[in-house]
Amino acid sequence: MSAYLLRRVLYAIPILIGVNLLTFVLFFVVNSPDDMARMHLGVKRVTPAAIEEWKRERGYDRPLLYNERGEGLARFTDTIFFQKSLALFRFDFGTSDSGRDIGYDISQRMWPSLAIAVPTLLVGLALNVTLALTLVFFRATYVDFWGLVGLVALMSISGLFYIIGGQYLVGKLLHLVPISGYDTGLAAAKFLILPVVVGVVSGIGSGGRWYRTLFLEEVGKDYVRTARAKGLGEARVMFGHVFRNALIPILTGVVVILPLLFMGSLIVESFFGIPGLGSYTIDAIQRQDFAIVRAMVFLGSVLYILGLILTDISYTLVDPRVRLE
Amino acid sequence: MTAPALVVRDLSVSVGGSRVVDGVDLEVAAGETFALLGESGCGKSMTALALMRLLPPGGRVRSGSVRLDGEELLDLPEYAMRGVRGGRLGMIFQEPQTSLNPVLRVGDQIAEAARLHDPAADPRRRAVELLAAVGIPDPERRVREFPHQLSGGMKQRVMIAMALAGRPRLLIADEPTTALDVTIQAQVLDLLADLRRETGMAMMLITHDLGVVAESAGRLAIMYAGQILESAPVGAFFAAPAHPYGRMLLAALPTGERRGGHLAAIEGRVPSPDEALQGCRFAPRCPQAEARCHRQPPDWHPVGPGHRVRCHLWAQGGHGAHVDVPVAKGPGAEEGAAAPLLETQGLQVHFPIRKGLLKRVVGRVRAVDGIDLHLDAGRTLALVGESGCGKTTCGKALLQLIRPTGGRVLYRGRDLAALSGRALRPFRRELQIVFQDPFAAMNPRMLVGDIVAEGLVAQGLAKDRAERRARVAELLERVGIAPEAAARYPHEFSGGQRQRICIARALAVEPRLIVCDEPTSALDVSVQAQILNLLHDLQTGLGLAYLFITHDISVVAYLAHEVAVMYLGRIVERGRVEAVLAAPLHPYTRALLSAVPEPDPASRRQRIHLEGDMPSPADPPGGCHFHPRCPEADARCAREYPPLRTLSSGRVVACHHVPDG
Ligand code: SF4
Ligand code: SF4
Repeated sequence: MSAYLLRRVLYAIPILIGVNLLTFVLFFVVNSPDDMARMHLGVKRVTPAAIEEWKRERGYDRPLLYNERGEGLARFTDTIFFQKSLALFRFDFGTSDSGRDIGYDISQRMWPSLAIAVPTLLVGLALNVTLALTLVFFRATYVDFWGLVGLVALMSISGLFYIIGGQYLVGKLLHLVPISGYDTGLAAAKFLILPVVVGVVSGIGSGGRWYRTLFLEEVGKDYVRTARAKGLGEARVMFGHVFRNALIPILTGVVVILPLLFMGSLIVESFFGIPGLGSYTIDAIQRQDFAIVRAMVFLGSVLYILGLILTDISYTLVDPRVRLE
Repeated sequence: MTAPALVVRDLSVSVGGSRVVDGVDLEVAAGETFALLGESGCGKSMTALALMRLLPPGGRVRSGSVRLDGEELLDLPEYAMRGVRGGRLGMIFQEPQTSLNPVLRVGDQIAEAARLHDPAADPRRRAVELLAAVGIPDPERRVREFPHQLSGGMKQRVMIAMALAGRPRLLIADEPTTALDVTIQAQVLDLLADLRRETGMAMMLITHDLGVVAESAGRLAIMYAGQILESAPVGAFFAAPAHPYGRMLLAALPTGERRGGHLAAIEGRVPSPDEALQGCRFAPRCPQAEARCHRQPPDWHPVGPGHRVRCHLWAQGGHGAHVDVPVAKGPGAEEGAAAPLLETQGLQVHFPIRKGLLKRVVGRVRAVDGIDLHLDAGRTLALVGESGCGKTTCGKALLQLIRPTGGRVLYRGRDLAALSGRALRPFRRELQIVFQDPFAAMNPRMLVGDIVAEGLVAQGLAKDRAERRARVAELLERVGIAPEAAARYPHEFSGGQRQRICIARALAVEPRLIVCDEPTSALDVSVQAQILNLLHDLQTGLGLAYLFITHDISVVAYLAHEVAVMYLGRIVERGRVEAVLAAPLHPYTRALLSAVPEPDPASRRQRIHLEGDMPSPADPPGGCHFHPRCPEADARCAREYPPLRTLSSGRVVACHHVPDG
């Protein structure tokens, strides 16, 4: 198993370099360093000298990927790409183009992100699993049929509708909680309820339907018939046998997104004005702050790879047939 | 007959509106084995599930009564039925692979049943005892294992142990050995017979296999399209089956005596359960049907003691009842032609096993390990062996579908293994393959006509559309399918018809050799006979050579000229079919043949018991591969692999202890 993990970590390095390169190229196809400087300096003070000065301060005065004037290896190392990317692998995110410490920002802003993402995940999971088990218990009846119709309807509605509808209904009409904003400590709770509820509700359609499919597939399997033939009651069959097996894809589906919870949700956070990492990323894109975008994309890929490795490990814990070689 | 353990009267079951079981009556006495025989879709499994009250969603019992020891089961409330299910009424299923819960330890799965039905005993101890009772070595260790760590035969033993946990009065075994190899099947059937004798339980054996019935049952009932057509003591039935369907089933079995002739295939197909049939259900396929057969359902008529039949022919004592079974002797098998069409020399297919950080090769699976075969034009060579012996890999390696890792494959003198993909193209035309599962072998989204024409197009054999269409129609007709089928999709056809279409596809490119990989093992007996007849006719008509890969000895006896027996990637015995089957020399061949159930209760012989399972080809035992299971092994066998020797009779055998002469 340790050899397997080591191999996976080694495989991750070229992937991360690739992702980095891709982000880099995509970003600089749209913007040149000059554009960035102009954007940051504002319209009034832009002189060619100021642009050069801005670029030099932040290390954007080098060539992008290949330095013709360099010697040997320096042709590749003395470039924006190399200089800016290498530090990422030490998890040193540097300063943003507007001069803030990105590492510090991340450590501050991940907590609001987690405060929304974790409850949304847990409540959603519990709700969806319960719902799916209920529908499967009533399979081939009208309960299941209309339940499925409802789920498909919920799934077909755009996520934005849930956000705007939720804000309108709960915040504007009922005046239960504020529409958006954030506070520190326990006071944050009243700002969190609405995004969490919206997040859970918007996930019921797809989540419930997916879990229902998983349970239904298991219920039709031969070993379930064997369990019934032993004389087990329906509850024992469902929880002792069906649930145990359906848990494997459910659990691993959850484990893979666990690390990504840190990243927060781009849409929910910006709509509800939550100062998490999601809105941080959106803002950075709008301000064309390459340092932050790159750091967040890098972090996202690292966490995703971590999620995949954790998934593999979790398979070995829940499924006796799987061993990592 | 002693007091019946189970009495079923007038049981009718419908699933989704169609009547899959229609007025079934049967009785099973305590301590006897009663066989319910029928082809797929006849309703035998549904009958069993109805007894257990485990019908699939949409299924329900419409009428009838099921009494177990006098107690009516159909009236019991569900909670009381749960006490019966897995208790006095146990059931085991066809697929041991999928019938155990993959994430639970086998001990826990058995203990679960013991806890329900035997609360006094310690369930863990019971699990160990039961595993020991079903002959699993080292039960203390095995209870802690997961199903995937056990072989197929062991899993079926675990299923049996689970059913025994409730000390059943009646054990329903639904095709318990169909998914197993013959030598393992023999072990499981023996185990069931022993357990029945020890515990006095009754057994209801549901099967399609006449051989299994003849070897292990006392009485049988034949089911067809939801009804029982004949019920009889096993001896009386095999001596003189009364119902035309029963007679035709027996006549459809391939055997050595029927070589060179046609098998009595039953034309047509089983009616689907939602077809409304007025008269006898078998009338559309019965060669002796009369006018009244189509109008009026036949009554039960007595034939002999305990033997009755549902057929109009027996209304007057049954003297007119006899079935013409055409066994026309075709042209006999002519002697070997001149030059061999195909020859392999030391054919090897090894798969690397990779492990560790750098995926180094740490070993190899010797799937095919040095095989010499020899096939003449227009002849059939059967490659026989149990699952995992490498026979399918060998077939694919011949066609270069898997590239051999060593040895030569000489086709008309050219070494195919040495040819590149492009140079192989012309040979692809002459060598074709037909697979076991005809449905998986066809693209479900392609029309049958296009499937058949694929090869024509790839090989540039048809100049234009019209010619292609004419050729497809001709091919379909040749395999007995109406040419209109070309415009339909594969799912509209039955298994047997699909296999015909696959054969037509192979024939399209005018091959000289067809590798048939278990082409009939997914089919019912009557349909198997149709396909075997077709293959036989094609061989005599077109001079095709077949490499017939199979585990079914009766098919070998009927169709093949030469046979090669494989064990763990190597040939252990090779020779002419009549000679090998009549007097097998290698201990493995002998055991294999003795394990095959004969459809003739008069010839119940002593089986040669093989202990254990076939070892893994990744790690074959040293010395003779067969020595851990061989009844005749000695010290030398554990040391040296016996060389293949050609005896003076021409037989080729790899065994130290076979004398020449
Ligand atoms: S009743 Fe008629 S159709 Fe049916 S089996 Fe007898 S002879 Fe054939
Ligand atoms: S060589 Fe020995 S172990 Fe192998 S088959 Fe012959 S007698 Fe058995």
